[in-house]
Amino acid sequence: MSLDAESAAWADARLAAALFAIDPVGLGGVVVRCGPGPVRDRWLSNTRALLPPGAPVRRIPLRVEDDRLLGGLDLPASLAAGRPVAQKGLLAESDGGVAILPMAERIEPPVAARLNAALDQGEVSLERDGLALRFPARIGLIAFDEGCSREERPPEALSERLAFLLDLNDVAMAMAAARTDDGDAAAVISARERLGTVAPADTDVVEAVCSAAEAFGLGSLRAPLLTLRAARAHAALHGRAEITGEDAAAASRLVLGPRALTAPVDTQADTTPSRRNDSEEQAPDSADPAADRADQEPIQMPSVTELVVKAVQAALPDDLLARANVDGQIRAQAARARGSGAVVKSARRGRPVGSRPGALRSGARLNLVDTLRAAAPWQRVRAEAADPGRILVRPSDFRVRRFVQRAQSTTIFAVDASGSTAFQRLSEAKGAVELLLAKAYVSRARVALVAFRGDGAEILLPPTRSLTRAKNRLADLPGGGGTPLAAGVEVALDLALAEQAKDHTPLLVFLTDGRANIGRDGAPGRAAADADAMAAARKVGEAGVSAVFVDTSARPAPDGDRFARAMGAAYAPLPYVDAHAMFGLVAELSASAR
Amino acid sequence: MGVRTRRMRTAYPFSAIVGQDEMKLALLIAATDPGIGGVMVFGDRGTGKSTAVRALAALLPPIEAVKGCMFHCDPRSDAGRCAGDCGRNHKQDAPTEWIPTPVVDLPLGATEDRVVGALDLERALTRGEKHFEPGLLARAHRGFLYIDEVNLLEDYLVDLLLDVAASGENVVEREGLSVRHPARFVLIGSGNPEEGELRPQLLDRFGLSVEVRTPSVLADRIEVVRRRDAYDRDPEQFIAHWAKADEGVRDQVLAARRALSALHASDEVLESASRLCMSIGADGLRGELTILRAARALAALRGDPAIAEQHMRDVAPMALRHRLRRNPLDQSGSTVRIERAMAEQFDA
Repeated sequence: MSLDAESAAWADARLAAALFAIDPVGLGGVVVRCGPGPVRDRWLSNTRALLPPGAPVRRIPLRVEDDRLLGGLDLPASLAAGRPVAQKGLLAESDGGVAILPMAERIEPPVAARLNAALDQGEVSLERDGLALRFPARIGLIAFDEGCSREERPPEALSERLAFLLDLNDVAMAMAAARTDDGDAAAVISARERLGTVAPADTDVVEAVCSAAEAFGLGSLRAPLLTLRAARAHAALHGRAEITGEDAAAASRLVLGPRALTAPVDTQADTTPSRRNDSEEQAPDSADPAADRADQEPIQMPSVTELVVKAVQAALPDDLLARANVDGQIRAQAARARGSGAVVKSARRGRPVGSRPGALRSGARLNLVDTLRAAAPWQRVRAEAADPGRILVRPSDFRVRRFVQRAQSTTIFAVDASGSTAFQRLSEAKGAVELLLAKAYVSRARVALVAFRGDGAEILLPPTRSLTRAKNRLADLPGGGGTPLAAGVEVALDLALAEQAKDHTPLLVFLTDGRANIGRDGAPGRAAADADAMAAARKVGEAGVSAVFVDTSARPAPDGDRFARAMGAAYAPLPYVDAHAMFGLVAELSASAR
Repeated sequence: MGVRTRRMRTAYPFSAIVGQDEMKLALLIAATDPGIGGVMVFGDRGTGKSTAVRALAALLPPIEAVKGCMFHCDPRSDAGRCAGDCGRNHKQDAPTEWIPTPVVDLPLGATEDRVVGALDLERALTRGEKHFEPGLLARAHRGFLYIDEVNLLEDYLVDLLLDVAASGENVVEREGLSVRHPARFVLIGSGNPEEGELRPQLLDRFGLSVEVRTPSVLADRIEVVRRRDAYDRDPEQFIAHWAKADEGVRDQVLAARRALSALHASDEVLESASRLCMSIGADGLRGELTILRAARALAALRGDPAIAEQHMRDVAPMALRHRLRRNPLDQSGSTVRIERAMAEQFDA
């Protein structure tokens, strides 16, 4: 990264911080992609210095529980007072200030959904532990994205509610340290006062921002809305009473630039993207948005629009088009499944399903509210025997939390997409995937699909239980080329191990004729390829993952059996593979595995 | 500290929502005929699913309830007579009061005791009294129960909701309490199917289902953003600006409710509803009943004197799309299949 680009990145990060500090609630927040370290600390301390004095700042732990996040019963206070006393959660405590979410790329969907609800409604609605309360929670969120690979990111449902996506990974400490930001605080304070007086955005500006968002492939309307709010804060920062083209351009650069999925066709030639390695991008909705856009009519460019589009273009990641062709979401999931950071600790507690009477053995978790409820009716009787004014709880009152730890299964199809019969195998595998998903609501089973062909293997469908999603992902399947069986086995095994780490029980289903001809190194050659495939198969056996090998060759040969045995897999010759037969096979195997 | 849960009064106005006609229509049909059995809203992120539901809440007319009844029972209905403390109040001439139509949010993280109701801990601990504290199901009686992100709701809560929605009654047996009370509500759910499929039992419970998408016409997108921006800047003024239009919608719903009972389906309409359901293979009678009820509500909303074929055609997709027998190998979406069947049946 050149010094210029670096200083531009840092200047943008500072500007985003200032705008965020002017209107934290309106702008939702900032995603800061950066590992922990001095640059991030510096950015955070700059940002904190810009917040209103006394504004609360709270950190939300990654595996936060509902009673801490949303609030609940304050136990010591309730016991001392002899009546229920509510306690705020982290979101309500951050009201009027900022909540910080470290490791946002690893946040679980239920926690993200709770944050989203608070961001949308500006309050926390609590229906827990006998309490029915609302707490104001007008917050801005700073999400630290510590993902290593490009695909590890915070959930899109969360990041699309936060205006700014910054990438500070390549900013050197010298750059961050060299700047002093004393003047900013005063400017932010007066801008915050001025914010309400900035006139509504002109039609020109609204149109420019909306058409730019569309031209850059952004479907959700949150992007242009956040851009307008950022433009308003920018106008206030510069002491203006109305939003100018310059404000819209700066806001678009910061909000739309890092999200852009495509570049508008007619202005692409004169793009001179600044160097911004690995900047934020989001998953395109369709497999190939660049192509989708290409046949649309050229975009009309009034002057503000031109300004805005230019500004966004300057902020585009340089390999945008290359990446737009990749289905970002699939890759994101694949990386999450493989990446070092993705392992969910087995301390998962399962789903809480109420409580039952029980003894406090080790490991049992007391449900205090239910225990108190159980004890309450007896208080008068018991009080006669002891100190009045104290709550008397006997062992028979104990209510222990119940959790169900569902043995969720993940069926991973590894499909040989090579050669001339690839299409049939793939479409039958796809049929089996959809049958499994369609019939698996209650068990909440997940299904994934890996295909191998040519010189490698790829995850076409990351583990999912959404039929809709499977249909979308598997609409077009590539086929043909050589058979890199070893690569297929390895990718499937990695996926299986990642699933295992998340407490899902993986089942591998290999669909191939077992005749490898591309080695681990991507080179053709039957002997080496076969040896590599056997080595990979033995790894499956060593890992102890359940597997089944569906031999699709027209005449099953002893090779297949040998391969299956190396994996410790069941062997099922199925020359006329079809979706229903495969579905039956998998259903039978998962039932016997339980 | 927090405040006792009360409904927000600063919701985005219903009539200011740009486009999304099918979703708005489904919500109005449910408001006209609560017996329709709820609405499920599927959609992309940022399409204003929650906004529409909250907007509907803000414009619904108030209802008359037995004064002081913790289940706000209908004074004119014997069937709705409730148990519990206020059962005694339900004499013929019990005093009544007007309350806003309940629209209850089921927030994520809600616990079972708050959903079904439980022993009032405060009264039990401080006064030693055994007293039932009603939960969200009681609060939603005669109104709406809204669940955003239905697919993220814990399974055991879903089971519980289904049971109550089916029986119209909430039975609580816990902590030595034995309470049953009416809980009839319109279930409104929203969710993004990409984030997890819904169980068919749950889907089937919804009378109507709609799919919302981000508007694709630039002019509409600009209008959405412009109105939202105006609302964010000055909610009071924005709401005042749309108050008249919202009042018009409320009057339309009230008039439609009155017209409902006089609208009957001709044999011809009944027959074509059955034929449509058969030809697309929608399971069970529920589909036919829902088409008819929805068509009646639509005719009432439009002020039409009779239920006609057009009403049926307009509501068939939302009444049937979630009831089609699943055929995982058929690529075409449910809406397409329904439209194809309608074209064959009506245009041939």
